[in-house]
Formats: sequence, structure tokens, C-alpha cells
Amino acid sequence: MSHFDVELDTSGLNCPLPVLKARKALSEMDAGQRLHLIVTDAGAHQDIPAFSKMTGNPLIESSENEGILHFILEKGAE
Amino acid sequence: MAKKLAIIASKGTLDGAYPPFLLASTAVALGFEVKIFFTFYGLQLLNKNLNLKVSPLGNPAMPMPVPVPSIVQVIPGLEWFATWMMKRKLKQKGVASVEQLRDICVETGVDLIACQMTVDLFDFNEEDFIDGISSGGAATYLEFAGEADVSLYI
Repeated sequence: MSHFDVELDTSGLNCPLPVLKARKALSEMDAGQRLHLIVTDAGAHQDIPAFSKMTGNPLIESSENEGILHFILEKGAE
Repeated sequence: MAKKLAIIASKGTLDGAYPPFLLASTAVALGFEVKIFFTFYGLQLLNKNLNLKVSPLGNPAMPMPVPVPSIVQVIPGLEWFATWMMKRKLKQKGVASVEQLRDICVETGVDLIACQMTVDLFDFNEEDFIDGISSGGAATYLEFAGEADVSLYI
């Protein structure tokens, strides 16, 4: 997995909490820093890429391991 | 320019409270400007103390642990039980509470607007509502909705 600066584990939380918590975490980060987001909500397969696209925080990497989704998001320039 | 989401919240049940607050909080996270207009029973969602319920009565699609015929659903306590069951399920599945989603909406600047006509109609007391809400009418809604990218009646 690529390097990251901040890790956020939303395991057990359902829609829309992973997106809301990711937004909060990114808002406290600097442009270029990377967030490792861990999600167990299966809807995140579609939701996190949509969130990434709409907010301009590029999705660098995504993977799934035994029902646990891992995303690396890079904080975009404001 | 930011996208805009306009919502009319007309339901005051536990299940009816989710779509407006859930979509509004998510939309803000996606960069939308959001306004929710609370009208008729939806005004109950603005009360400081939320006491929202869900009823299986008249809702044949509600999943129940055992089938309960409509004639039995009028028994006192069944609505309380259904609400308790729903809340327990929401918690088990890691779904945010209505209060939690509403707090996020308030904190992130969602504009919450009470329909003045319904407030008068039902003699609601504005002191019972949470702080920071405004009031307006049909024209207030339409002015914003006319420029909104998404407009929902819930």
C-alpha cells in the first residue's frame, strides 16, 4: 500500500458516516497529504470514488480484503 | 459555484427523518449549499427533544420479526415496540442517529427553514425548536429551488 499521513478507521459505521468522517479528516489536513480510510460499509465501493470526484480529493488507491475496504485519498488543493 | 440542494421535509416519523438529514449532511460534505424546508409533520424534526416514532400500521412493507395483522397493530404499545426495535437495529448496523445527523447539518451550515404557515396552523411554539433556524414560505423555497441543481420533496 502507498504511504499515508493520516489513518481513519470507520469500521462498523454505515452510510453516510464514512463519507462525513472522511470529509472532516481531510478538512484538517494539508494539500498533498494522504488519508488512509478504512470502511466496512459495502456502499463505499461506489460512494468513496463519488466523494473523491466531487470534492477534488484524488483517490490514489483502493483495495478490499475480507470485506474491509481500504482507500488512499489525497487532499486536493482548495 | 457550489451546487445547490433544496429539500422539502414533510414527514415527522423516525423513518421519514432520515432521508432529509442524511442527504443534507452528505451533500454538504460533497460541497453543496443546502436548504431544508420543514413543512407540516416535518416540523416535528425541528423540536429540541426529538421523540420520533415509526409505525407498522398502514405500512405493509415494514419488515417485522413475525407477521402482525393490521387489526392487531392498533394494540397500545405496538408502535412503541416497533420504534424500539427500529432504533436497536439502526444502532446495531452502525447507522447514525437522527439527532447525530441533525447536529452535523446544524454544525456544517445547512439552512433549516420552518414553514411559517404550518407553524401557525398547528400552533407550534418556536421556543420548542432548536436554535439557529429561520422561517419562510413557499416563495422562499421556490426562490432557492429555482436555482438548485437538485430539488427533493420528501
